[in-house]
Amino acid sequence: MAESKKEIKLTGREDPKVGVYVCWCGINIGGIVDVPKLVEYAKTLPNVVEAKDYKFFCSDIGQTMIQEDIEAGLINRVVVAACSPRMHEPTFRTACQEAGLNKFLFEQANIREHCTWVNADDVPGATNIAEDLIRIAVAKASNLMPLEVTKVKVEPSCLIVGAGISGMNAALDLGNSGYKVYLVERTPTIGGHMAQLDKTFPTMDCSACTITPRMTDVSRNPNIELLTYSEVESIDGFVGNFNVKIKKKPHYIDQNTCNGCGDCAEVCPIVCGNEFDLGMKPRKAAYIPFPQAVPGQYTIDMDHCIVCGLCAEACEPKSVNYDEKPEFLEVKVGTIILATGYDAFDPTTKLKQYGYGKYPNVITGFQMERLLSSFGPTEGKIKRPSDLKEPNTVVFLQCVGSRDFSGKTNKYCSRVCCMYATKQARQYKEKHPEAKIYIFYMDIRAFGKGYEEFYESAGKDYGVKYIRGRIAEVLEAENHDILIRAEDTLLQRRVEIKVDMLVLSVGLEPRSDIEDVARIFNVQRTEDGFLMEAHPKLRPVDTLTEGIFLAGTVQGPKDIPDAVAQAKGAASGAATLMARGEVEIEPYYAKVLNYKCAGCKSCISLCAFSAITFNEFEKVAVINEILCKGCGTCVAACPSDAIVQNQFGDIQILPMIETAIPQKTKAGGG
Amino acid sequence: MSSQVSFKPYILGIFCNWCSYAGADQAGTSRMQRPANLRIVRVMCGGRVDPQFILNALKNGADGVLVSHCHPGDCHYVEGNLKTIRKLPLLHLYLKQFGINPKRVKYAFVSASEGIELTRIVKEFVEELNELGPSPILKELKVKV
Repeated sequence: MAESKKEIKLTGREDPKVGVYVCWCGINIGGIVDVPKLVEYAKTLPNVVEAKDYKFFCSDIGQTMIQEDIEAGLINRVVVAACSPRMHEPTFRTACQEAGLNKFLFEQANIREHCTWVNADDVPGATNIAEDLIRIAVAKASNLMPLEVTKVKVEPSCLIVGAGISGMNAALDLGNSGYKVYLVERTPTIGGHMAQLDKTFPTMDCSACTITPRMTDVSRNPNIELLTYSEVESIDGFVGNFNVKIKKKPHYIDQNTCNGCGDCAEVCPIVCGNEFDLGMKPRKAAYIPFPQAVPGQYTIDMDHCIVCGLCAEACEPKSVNYDEKPEFLEVKVGTIILATGYDAFDPTTKLKQYGYGKYPNVITGFQMERLLSSFGPTEGKIKRPSDLKEPNTVVFLQCVGSRDFSGKTNKYCSRVCCMYATKQARQYKEKHPEAKIYIFYMDIRAFGKGYEEFYESAGKDYGVKYIRGRIAEVLEAENHDILIRAEDTLLQRRVEIKVDMLVLSVGLEPRSDIEDVARIFNVQRTEDGFLMEAHPKLRPVDTLTEGIFLAGTVQGPKDIPDAVAQAKGAASGAATLMARGEVEIEPYYAKVLNYKCAGCKSCISLCAFSAITFNEFEKVAVINEILCKGCGTCVAACPSDAIVQNQFGDIQILPMIETAIPQKTKAGGG
Repeated sequence: MSSQVSFKPYILGIFCNWCSYAGADQAGTSRMQRPANLRIVRVMCGGRVDPQFILNALKNGADGVLVSHCHPGDCHYVEGNLKTIRKLPLLHLYLKQFGINPKRVKYAFVSASEGIELTRIVKEFVEELNELGPSPILKELKVKV
């Protein structure tokens, strides 16, 4: 693109000659408003020398039409009235650039998303708005100035936050491509939720056998620096040049000398619930989360430790140090991938009616997974918590904390619960063919590859009974049995059964501290609380902050294949930036006009990026172009009008506003 | 009063690029229908909104101005929106002194996923402006000239 032979030299001071190109966008625009009429209207606007319409200006032919007019010297400013600039601004800018016109002399009028798509019922109204938007865009285009893009280097390194299946996969992809990766994980081990699962649907692969080799790969990869038991404190900088401060929490056991023998845990007198087994198995205050944890060194949990000194005595390499302090590490990275994952929905307080936390034999699907696991609290034998007997009747309840429009919990579908309940039911039936299993559901969503077949077979070959209906009441009968009252909405009759155990298929939720993650990394969230992608279709792994990508369930509930696919997408997005080595930043930075600046320093305290300093000799403010992000807060605030902003300056915006209201409305108002 | 019958309030929107402009795009993509009153001008950040923009729009005959940006804490530029939240109540005080009903200037928080919220706000604003009637400014300016 850059090596365009034909470059039209423009200073920005010559008379603007605007070309207006009104797109039909098939019937999206042309079906509502009269496009040829808009073209005629555009021709009447000041500075407009050319106006045309075409079915799809984003197509090759459409772009060529614009380029021909530029090359012929007819026009030196381009307005395309079509979709949102968030959709095709890059496309048309490139087209301008290729034809030799500075790409910042382009403006897009959004007459699709902001007009025909939202005002379809009111054709005259939509036509008015389309005319107004074109006039506003022409006013802006007439006052645009050519700009030079700023190029910055991209550090060939990536920060990945969260070492679950998504984070690990992205780390391996980037590490194997030769990029330095800092993999930060909050807990003492990598592996995430997947390490807690027993088997994965629909192939019934052993989850541990899939993930533990990946965990070792990650720890052995020379390009991956594993920072477990660590958290990101803060970041600053911008794409290509992020400065990250990482806090390494103290393990109280020297990780370099600990040989993982476990003597400390052996002698430790403190017993508490193991998070990895969701509290169903005890661990000591000196612990590793599970036997296959990576790294395999021990950690002391200071929330429970009483500093009795027994472990320090027992430790042969003398690794225990109760006075260890947190360490802080600062690294510079070019790209960031967020893979912080999800929290399982907690039904204790929000859905009290199901008795979770009150009746011992009501458990969640995640606890069921641990019970099924061969290295779980019951070594793979399902035993109900109250009396450790193997249950004969088990009921699963779907959509706990999902698809709830009452406002109490979450509206979205968590996408994995139908399948994990089906899988757990099948697993139990494999071991206990005589057991009775009921699944109460709203709809079964078996959308993935092989899922429908898996679900069909659960009913047909394994005898799992599916009952459509919600459970209305959960009570406890004698011996801690569970009494369930529900309605079978297909047969339209009441169901009352006494069962040994109730499993709540809880959904996935954003991490409890997702708000902090969004704040630290300056990324947006969607209504459901998960982090937001830059575009739902075209940029599903990017965020609106350039250089930061999303992988896995941090963006929304997904199953393992989808999470891995997204991780690979995020890794590819990050690698693309790093392989190119430099990135163009939109030059929307602000500049100080020295002759106007009164030196009041108001702007300095307003700048959130510390981009403004004060020149003591000339007594004027100075803006650092690279640090300036181009928000324009200082421009709006300067009492002397001494700060101007590229592309969004007063010289562009004021004419837009002045021409925004059509003359006829003015007359009509009077 | 005949103009009252066909009165269609003109609303100029000044929207930040990252949240509200994207939210308006989302409303479009989801085909959420709203009354045809709103024209949107894009700025990069709510912080860029100079009260002068709003006054200019009113002076030129806009019946209402809608300033919309990210929710507090969600700003793409950390806190540009907070600056605007502080500026606009002050502007409201001035408007009263100029004899302009402050209700003609509304500010809203619309995130990129809140097209539905934007649609609701626009509908509500149009109703409010219908009650207020056409902006008196142009008439008064003419009298003074």
